[in-house]
Formats: sequence, structure tokens, C-alpha cells
Amino acid sequence: MGALAVSALVGRMVVLFALLMVVPLAFAWLGPDDGRQAFITAAVATLVIGLLLSAMTRRFRRELQPRDGFALVGMTWAVLPMFGALPLVLAVPGLSVTDAYFEAMSAFTATGATALSGLDELPLSVNVWRCFMMWVGGLGIIVLAVAILPMMGVGGSQLFKTEVSGPMKDQKLTPRIADTARVIWGTYFGLSISCFLAYRAAGMSWSDAFMHMCTTVSLGGFSSHDASFGYWNSPLIEGVAIFFMMLSGISLLMYFVAWRAKSLAPLWRNTEVQAFYAALLGSIALIAVYLVANGAYDSWSAALRHTVFHVVSVATTTGYASHDYGQWPLFAPLLMILLGCFATCAGSTGGGIKMIRMLLLLKQSRRELVRIVHPNVVNPVVLGGVAVSDRVMQSVIAYMMMYGATLVGLTMVLLFSGLDVVTAFTAVIACVNNIGPGLGEVGPAVNYSGLTDFQTWVCTFAMVLGRLELLAVLVLFTPQFWRR
Amino acid sequence: MKILILGAGRVGESVAESLASERNDITVIDTNPARLRELQDRLDLRGVVGNGIQPSVLREAGIEDTDLLIACAPLDETNLVICKVAHDIFNVPTTIARLRSPEFVNGSPLMDKSGFAVDQVICPEESVTAYIRKLIEYPEALQVLEFAHGLVSLIAVRAVAGGPLVQHSLAEIPQLVPNVDMRIVAIYRQDKVLLTLEGSTRIEAGDEVFVLAATEHIRTVLGALRSIDRPVKRIMIAGGGKVGLRLAREVQGQYQVKIIEPIETRCEYLATQLSGDVLVLKGDSTDEELLADENVQDMDLFLALTSDDEDNIMSCLLAKRLGAKRVLAVINRRAYADLVQGTSIDIAISPSHAVLGELLAFVRRGDVEAVHSLRRGAAEALEAIVRGDRKTCRMAGRRIEEVGLPKGAQVGAIVRGLHRSDGSEAGEDAKPEVIIAHHDTVVQPNDHVIVFVPRKRMVREVEKLFQVSATFLF
Repeated sequence: MGALAVSALVGRMVVLFALLMVVPLAFAWLGPDDGRQAFITAAVATLVIGLLLSAMTRRFRRELQPRDGFALVGMTWAVLPMFGALPLVLAVPGLSVTDAYFEAMSAFTATGATALSGLDELPLSVNVWRCFMMWVGGLGIIVLAVAILPMMGVGGSQLFKTEVSGPMKDQKLTPRIADTARVIWGTYFGLSISCFLAYRAAGMSWSDAFMHMCTTVSLGGFSSHDASFGYWNSPLIEGVAIFFMMLSGISLLMYFVAWRAKSLAPLWRNTEVQAFYAALLGSIALIAVYLVANGAYDSWSAALRHTVFHVVSVATTTGYASHDYGQWPLFAPLLMILLGCFATCAGSTGGGIKMIRMLLLLKQSRRELVRIVHPNVVNPVVLGGVAVSDRVMQSVIAYMMMYGATLVGLTMVLLFSGLDVVTAFTAVIACVNNIGPGLGEVGPAVNYSGLTDFQTWVCTFAMVLGRLELLAVLVLFTPQFWRR
Repeated sequence: MKILILGAGRVGESVAESLASERNDITVIDTNPARLRELQDRLDLRGVVGNGIQPSVLREAGIEDTDLLIACAPLDETNLVICKVAHDIFNVPTTIARLRSPEFVNGSPLMDKSGFAVDQVICPEESVTAYIRKLIEYPEALQVLEFAHGLVSLIAVRAVAGGPLVQHSLAEIPQLVPNVDMRIVAIYRQDKVLLTLEGSTRIEAGDEVFVLAATEHIRTVLGALRSIDRPVKRIMIAGGGKVGLRLAREVQGQYQVKIIEPIETRCEYLATQLSGDVLVLKGDSTDEELLADENVQDMDLFLALTSDDEDNIMSCLLAKRLGAKRVLAVINRRAYADLVQGTSIDIAISPSHAVLGELLAFVRRGDVEAVHSLRRGAAEALEAIVRGDRKTCRMAGRRIEEVGLPKGAQVGAIVRGLHRSDGSEAGEDAKPEVIIAHHDTVVQPNDHVIVFVPRKRMVREVEKLFQVSATFLF
């Protein structure tokens, strides 16, 4: 019975998740905190439910089939935000279940869209929990489970593929999948520690440094302040954020490759990394010039400082703001959001299409154009010296098709529910690509609390759809998947 | 253990499958990306596309820190070169090559470190031939495996009503079969192992029984579990490929051999290679007219050895129906082999599996002398040498019941006297003694201990028992 075997593993995931609640609990313990009771209740409830679930289904445990893998990922990503929302509902008075689930899903998918206001007044533990969930979800809890639990051997690689981003997931750097997962988490951990210390050195408090580290390396974008980075108004802190967002935007495995080769050459020779940085620098220059020409800023230094921070923040799908870039002439924020759709590299914690798919599509288009002129030409799509197989190309094209259909479809749903065009379109883009803030009613200065329950659920669904790269979620809606 | 496998063919695949489930780091090199992708999806391993004799490809596959290299590419030449490259350039400690040609054998100067640097030659055809030869000798057995230079044998046999021990309990064995010391190490009933073997456990007809005994007692053991057939005289071999030819060459003269082969030129070749009393027949082994014409009903043993699983199964079923006494099929696909073994087809052999034991001896930790993979990889029998003493090794100087073997694992026999007390190999004058183990037998240092492990995941625990560590008691 497949469902029971999957439930057995979901039970273990819930237990793992309950153990993660120790982190906000520790923060709640250290200082006076209103969230302490809520977190104790939530952690105990989660642990008990998880243990019960895994104990009851214990005898059904078996090796997973590929199909079970999708069910497991789908169930994990639907169920865990529920438990993640539990302490929020308990600790924040007046927060609806819809908004709490939205908030947890936004954290878990490292989107950074918030439905909460008055962040500065929230108990510290609640803010820590929001940010810590983002840190875990950014890289993926199933990748974490594969790394630390000896539960998934062969089935593990199937699971791993659904949570790690990018079109070419067959490349393994280590023979065993658990080792690969450990390498990724190790790299992530190292990056996090350096980011944490850098924030602290730049002037944040310990707890702020921890929380913003969590949301920076996961390219999520939650903050513990309503004003986000505007709270400090410090070029140094913004500089640290920019640096680590740019580091997190490329594949974590690249660092391992570089470390193994004992040189940075694999990093800067990588086509995808080059394209990522080129796209960032190009757009920064363009937007800075545009803003000054339109008179949004008087001085070049102010224009450049705000442009760099916001372009990097939105393009890497983080979504920090230091002031309301929604007030800029529409071209600038729209370009930034479009950049967020594809700029980050495969294997990073960022969302969106991923730069590598964009590059493959561009190369494919050029190939078709050359073929019109020279019908007999043989020009395979080559990336990094290796010909990309047709199978990969087809999956990229299918992905793009579904991506486009998803954007249009969800935008139409939001329009139908009564939103204006700019809000609906940017909300969908910001959620599907896990950016966070959109424009209009969901812009950087306001948040998603203004949406109706229905609209919030649509956005919640869009986030998980984007985080798992569409296919892993959409496959659950095909009748063939459920047929025996 | 870091293992590099070259060639994702049948042998490579089955080796990878067997080793991947034991937490080894496995990398497979092959030129066919589709084949590797399929393996990667199914097993937890890494595939590297490329030609394995190129150092750059080997380096990409991480050969620098590889512990064991297994070369099983289709061509002997490739395998020899890879072992040479691995040893000379990358200092891989152990290299194993699959070599089909019978001229490259273990221990020849060509294979040593200054030659092609092959530590162990494996040859599935050779292993299958040896397997079948044992069965020709003991047609009542399902499998006969040798340990300790042939002193001890592990015998797998299906109990049949009429054997003196059948329907009796294990405690009655000494009375029913006096003067022969044997130990039943496992009983499989309807393909499930009985985890506890006690004095009161009864042997039922149809059980698959694994018995350890001194090699000279094999026939008595077989006679205790089923009635003895008359010895094999007439053999029919379907398929004159590599295995068929090897086998026919080895048994010609001792038995009446008929060999069926569909390809005319191959038939002619066979006829020139084999002596005149071997009858080479041109024809299809699934042709019932041919089988009937050639008196398949009088055959003591019908062996289907073609490379086609389905043909082998069909011709065996046909031969059995026509009256052959015992039929044996070589079946590559594991699922098929599990399916047909013990039905009308008496024995199913999978060649890639027959060779696995020789590899496993290199993978197992501790001083392992021989490993045999049983029941198509589900179980294992190992012969390991006890090193150290009571203070440093959990096995040494203790009674077997004190050792703490995992449930179901059984020490079957001990061979003493193969080594001098300083651990060095005893010479020609050695008088080794076979001790069939009982719960109170004390294991001495330098004993060869033969352990039957009914489930593969217990192997790790058993290995630990043999490991010598200076700090074990502290």
C-alpha cells in the first residue's frame, strides 16, 4: 500500500520538523518572550503527531518507488507548513489560519511574502521561527532528511531531484546521494556562518544577525522589521547583504567543485555563473542610468546605492527593501521583477526559471535561426563544452510552457477575484518565482495581508508550485499518477 | 569502501547492484549514457560517461582514492589495460578484471604487478562451469560450494520425502546418521528462512536445506535428505557457446555428452574442438522433435546454456516434459531465475551471480578467505580467519554461544591447523582438522571459521566479530 509507506516517511519528516522548533524555543528561553508557551505547545503537538504517525505506519515502511517519491514530496510540502503555522496562530493574536499558513509557506519556500504587519512588535521567537523555517526550506527539508537520516537509499535520489532546482539533475558529484546532500548542506552551513558573523560585525544585534543570515543565504527575504533593511539605513549592512545574496545566487555545488579543485577557476569559467553576474551588472547599470535620467534621485551615489541593493535583492529572488522602490517609474521595478524570474543559477536557493534554462532556450532559439539559413547544419546545443541531450531540451521547453501557462492562469484567477492588473500579475510572478514583494497592493511598502482569503490561498499554491519547479506538484494532479 | 566499476554490462550491473546496497561508494564508467542513467535511477551510485582506459576519465570518476577497481568491459584487452593504468598511474590497491579467455589465469606472471597488475581474474563462464561440474558430480544437490581448500563443503539440497532425516527433528540427526558429523546451518521453507534452528525444528519435505560437512561426507549428507539417484551418465547440453564448450571439454570421456547448437559454423568448430565421442547436433534446442529423436527421456541431466533466458526456460520445460531426469537452466535475469527455480526446472543459475563471491572476498573487511553468494545474493557464506586473541577479537577464545552472532547467522564449521601459531601459512606437512561446530565449541586464534549469514544486512555485524582491535576490551 503506497499511501501508508509514504505516510510512514512523512511521520519521520514531522518528527524532524518538531526537532527544528528547538531553535525558536532556545531564543524564547533566553529572554522574556511572549511566544514561549505557544512554541512549547506547538513543538510538543508536532512531536506527538509525528511520532504517532510514524509508529502507526511503522510496519508499512519499505523502499520507495519513484511514484511514491512525488507523493512524499507533495505531502511533506503541504503538511509541514501546517505545523510551521501552528506556533504563529498560537502566538500572534488575531492571525487567521489562512494567513498563518500563507506565512509558513512563504517561509518554507523562501519566498519572503508576508501577511503579517507590526513585525517589530512580534515576540522574538516568532520572528526567529519565520526566518529559521526559511533557512531550512530554502535548501530543502527533504535534502536535509536525505543527508542526515539513513532512511532513503535509492529512493532518496528521486526525492532529492524534486527539491533541487535545475534541468540537469542527473549529475552527481559523489557516488552516494546522501553524501551529495551532506556536501550541499555543509556548504550552506559554511556560507551561513560567515554571513552571520559578517552581519554582526557590520552592526546588527546577535538575534538580528541570525535572522537576517537565515533569510539572506536562503534568498528568502523575511525581516524582523517592518522597514526591512531601511531600519538600519546603513550602507555597510546593505553591502554585506548584497555580497551574500550574490554568493547564494549560484549553485552551492559549485563551491564544492572549486574547493575540490583548490581553485576558483571552475566558478568563474562556468557559463551559468558568468551569465548570472553579467545580467546583474547590466541591469544595475541600466536602471541606475534610467533612474537618474528620470530624476528619481539627485545624486549618482544615492541612485547607485539603492539600485544595486534592490536589483540584487529582487533579481536573486530575496525581496529585501530598504525603501519603497514601488515609487520608482514602472520600468525599473518591472525589469527587476522580470530579472527575478530567471537570474539565479540552478542548484542555488533562489527561485524562478533558473539561468541555465534561459541560456539553453537562447541557444536553442539561435540554433533554429541558423537552421533556417543553413538547412543542413549540425549544431547541437552546447553548454560548457558538452552537448545537451534532446531529452533535457524537451524538458526545458515543456517546463517553460507550463511556467507560462501557470503565470497566465493564476493571473486570470486573481483578476477574476477582483485585483487590479499590476497587483495580480506581479503577485503571481513574485510568488511563483519566490521573490516576495510584488507591485501595487502587494508592493514593498505594503504586504499580502490586504488580500482576501481566496487570493491568499492562490498565492500560497503559487509559491509551492514555483519552489518545486511545477512538475513535481502538477504531476499530483494528473489522473495517471493516481491510477494503479 | 570506494569502488570503481568499468562497464555497465550484465556483470557490471549485477556487481553494482549487489555492492550498492551495502553502503559502498560506487562509481560506474560506461560509454553509453542511457545505460548509466537507467542504473543511476535505480541504484544509489554515480555514473561517469567515457572510455575507461583514458586516465582523464578515470580521474573524473575519482580513481585517485579508489580502494577497489573492477574491470568488466566486454573486451579482455580493455580490462587488462585498465588494470595496468590503474595500478601504474593511480596506485589502486586492488584490481579485479573479468577476462573471458582461459589463457589468462590467476597467478600467471602476466598478471602480477610488473605485468598487467590484475590481482584477481574473474570469469563468469568459468564460475558457471565449475558450478555445473559440481552438480554433475552430485546431481541430488542444488549447489555445492567448497571452503578451506576443499576440506569443507556447503551443500544446498531440497529435502524429499523418503530421505531418512525428513520429518525428523534436528536433535535426532546423530542417531539417524551416525558417524557423520554435519551441521544444518539454514532451512528455507517456501523461500523464507527459519531464523531459529533448535533441536526440535523438524525438516519437512520441500525444504531447502543448507548443510556444512567435510567434503568426503557429501554423498552421505545427500542420502540423508533424499533418496540417492543413480550417478549421472548421460548429459545433454543445449547451446554450444563459451560455457557449453568449456563444460563439454571438461567432462568429455567421463560422461556421454550430446550438445545442440543451431549455427552450422559453430557446430563445425565444436566438432573439431571436442573428442569424437561427443555428439554435436545442429538444431534448435526448443525443437521437441529433435529432443525426442535424441532420446532426451534417457538423459540424466539436461543443461540449457544458451545466452537467451527465454530459450533456456522453454527448452528446459520441454525436456522435463519429455522425460529428462533433471534439468538446469542458465538464466541471467534475476526475476526469471527466482521465478522458475524449484518449479519444473530443478536449478536456475545466474552467471553474473556465480562470480560474485570471488569479488565479495575483496570487499569484506577482516581476513576473509572466501565468500559465496547464495540464493542469488540474499544470503552469504563466508570463511574468515580468526586473528588476534581473546583480548583483541570478539571471536577468539570464546565458545560459539558467547560470541553474539546476529539472530539466524550460524557458525557451521571450523578448520584448525591451516596456520602455524604465529599466523603464517602452514606448509605441506600441515594436518588440518575439520571441526563441525556446536554451541560449546571454542574458537581458537588462527582457525578458519565458516559462517552462514541468511540475510545480507547481517554481514556487517558478522564482519565486526572478526575484526581485531587493540582497544576492544576497554
